Amino acid sequence: MPKLNGGQIIIESLKKENVDVVFGYPGGAVINLYDALFSSSLKHYLGRHEQGVIHAADGYARSTGKVGVCIATSGPGGTNLVTGLATAQMDSVPIVAFTGQVPSSLIGKDAFQEADITGISLPITKHNFLVTDIKDLPRTIKEAFYIARTGRPGPVLIDLAKDVTQAEMEFEYPDSIDLPGYRPTFEGHKLQINKAAKAINSAKKPLLYVGGGAVISGADQEIRALVEKAKIPITTTLMGLGIYPEDKELALEMLGMHGTQYANLATTEADLLIAVGARFDDRVTGKLDEFAADADIVQIDIDPAEIGKNVDVTVPIVGDIKTVLNELLPHIDEKEMGEWQQRIKELKEKYPLKYEDDGSEVIKPQYVMEEIDKFTDGDATIVTEVGQHQMWAAQFHKYQKPRQFLTSGGLGTMGYGLPAAIGAQIGQPDEKVILIAGDGSIQMNLQELGTAQTYNIPIKVLIFNNNYLGMVRQWQEFFFDKRYASTKIPAPDFIKMADAYGIWAKRVEKKSELDAALKEAMEHNGPVVLDIKIPEEENVYPMVPAGAGLKDMIGG
Amino acid sequence: MTHILSVSVLNKPGVLTRVAGLFSRRNFNIESLNVGKTENPEISRMTIVVHGDEKTLEQVTKQLHKLINVLKIKELDQNQIVERDLILIRVKCTRKQRSEIIQIADTFRAQIVDVAADSLMIEATGTQDKLEALTELLRDFGIAEFVRTGIVALSRGQAVER
Ligand SMILES: Cc1cc2nc3c(=O)[nH]c(=O)nc-3n(C[C@H](O)[C@H](O)[C@H](O)COP(=O)(O)OP(=O)(O)OC[C@H]3O[C@@H](n4cnc5c(N)ncnc54)[C@H](O)[C@@H]3O)c2cc1C
Ligand SMILES: Cc1ncc(C[n+]2csc(CCOP(=O)(O)OP(=O)(O)O)c2C)c(N)n1
Repeated sequence: MPKLNGGQIIIESLKKENVDVVFGYPGGAVINLYDALFSSSLKHYLGRHEQGVIHAADGYARSTGKVGVCIATSGPGGTNLVTGLATAQMDSVPIVAFTGQVPSSLIGKDAFQEADITGISLPITKHNFLVTDIKDLPRTIKEAFYIARTGRPGPVLIDLAKDVTQAEMEFEYPDSIDLPGYRPTFEGHKLQINKAAKAINSAKKPLLYVGGGAVISGADQEIRALVEKAKIPITTTLMGLGIYPEDKELALEMLGMHGTQYANLATTEADLLIAVGARFDDRVTGKLDEFAADADIVQIDIDPAEIGKNVDVTVPIVGDIKTVLNELLPHIDEKEMGEWQQRIKELKEKYPLKYEDDGSEVIKPQYVMEEIDKFTDGDATIVTEVGQHQMWAAQFHKYQKPRQFLTSGGLGTMGYGLPAAIGAQIGQPDEKVILIAGDGSIQMNLQELGTAQTYNIPIKVLIFNNNYLGMVRQWQEFFFDKRYASTKIPAPDFIKMADAYGIWAKRVEKKSELDAALKEAMEHNGPVVLDIKIPEEENVYPMVPAGAGLKDMIGG
Repeated sequence: MTHILSVSVLNKPGVLTRVAGLFSRRNFNIESLNVGKTENPEISRMTIVVHGDEKTLEQVTKQLHKLINVLKIKELDQNQIVERDLILIRVKCTRKQRSEIIQIADTFRAQIVDVAADSLMIEATGTQDKLEALTELLRDFGIAEFVRTGIVALSRGQAVER
């Protein structure tokens, strides 16, 4: 068997893992790996900053469900990945990140561009490895992919001492995994499943509370079957949007701080809450002792540590959602619409999502979201940055399918959206990918416009321009007497800037211009920037103030 | 409530940092942590003493389980274990006090391991209670320095049936 060097071994291993796309940024410590990439069939996308590179891998992973792969060099290359790792860790996104490291003989000596990236990334990765011997390389890669994608997914980092990528050996990829300390549970406990069925069959006011775990598990069909068989109303977290079509009768859309009033009121009234791959985040629950206070709780999660972490659970089930629901469904009684479903209908009629529109030429951000929904038949992938625009995108677009809404929920990373949209588009070349950005967030990884232009990635970047760090400004308005400390943020002329990158752009200042601009943008064969002027002091409603109970919403 | 956890881990680089880091990151208090080899060279055993209620303990255990190199976690039933802690104490002492201190050490089956003009060093092993009692008695003489290893513990074997 011919010998391969470490760089070539990585490429061959990636092929064994069915990887065909990698995102990266070169440097001295990974130069051998890049040399191997140069003559390989893998498609490599060069970003403009390692943070952009890892968010792109993340967007790719979220939109396709595959493992995202990225490469960075040692020292600053690795440290630039940090925010991306933490973002992926919080939202359970499978990523394998390769970093270069100084040669093993120099590790610990403050060598040029040395940073202890396995130490730094320890709390923000699912697991990480330092490879100092080429013999360990194939097995490590195999384990990294397995850990990243199974159980509760997450980012795994492999730090490669430079000599490992230079050394040579015969390549053989292991067929099996030996990780005695890592054995995720997939099947639910039979007894618990029976208990859950009983609880669901006897509940008068059951409510499904579905999160990102259901998307990860690919359980949309099973969720749908459960909703429709037992007529259970369903609300989702920000991460669960699209798991069940939001225009259906029993859909209550998002709950939580900026959720719909009907979802939050239904949660407060329910007598059984069925939590499916949702982790009772504080943005969702508000004041904990008031959250679903009248309800028994069934919780299905693959991560035992999530069960009972924030609330006491009546029927815990550890396992994979799709697997568990398939076991559960036959035990569920078929039901007709009844009083509870009638109540849900009332709540939806009485407290609809709304916003003021005075019929002038002012462009309301909520209106833009509705228009996008129309323009794309509700079919586009919507990616967001972080802030008010993110919430409007969640509220005023009706999601139809899983993996249609990509956002940084847990870490709330401004700067995530642009590179993630690029990654999502690369993963799904035939989808329309639309980025909803704030004028603040877009400035955090603006350089990635270069990536979009270089590879002609046809993302549509819509900047909701309010001249403010709007979400923080809103808090200052409500809770700090309108003292707008450092939230008015200047921006460049986005049109000139896009132009400088060779990207088609247009400014939209009047409502009557919006449709034509959207049409032009959607039809343009390449990346597009629309700079949409929205009112400076528009607020996101409804809102549960931090620490209040869900029923105490402001506005709406 | 004090809990004693016996945790088997794979001897991989960084495993101690991972475990210790998890405790501080998740805001759990460790009273002591001990690592040592076991009968199997690939596996180490950590004995960790933590404070907290049942809920905290449950989270600690579940979070520990998520670490890839953690194999097994057992909470030791404090009535069913042999626990040992080792202490070294340097006690100030005049020539006149020497025999009194040696007597105390004898009662506790402790050993004198170093003798100097103005101090004695005592080595003792035993349960936490025993070592605390010993330290208390020696405090009157003035403790110059002391160090404790923290607990190591194992469950007792099955009771012998007659
Ligand atoms: C400005 C801002 C405002 C926000 N406001 C809101 C809000 O109003 N409402 C809201 O909902 N969120 C809001 N969020 C998002 C919030 O911070 C959390 O990210 C989100 O609520 C968590 O979603 P989740 O519970 O679905 O958990 P996720 O983070 O998606 O976690 C998934 C869960 O599923 C489990 N899981 C994974 N795979 C499987 C599997 N195969 N089988 C079983 N279980 C699995 C995991 O263990 C985990 O417990 C906001 C975020 C920002 C930045
Ligand atoms: C990296 C990072 N820094 C700071 C914050 C805090 N933060 C949350 S929302 C927000 C404002 C976002 O402004 P913009 O992108 O303009 O969106 P808008 O709220 O105006 O829609 C800030 C500063 C954050 N989430 N991420």
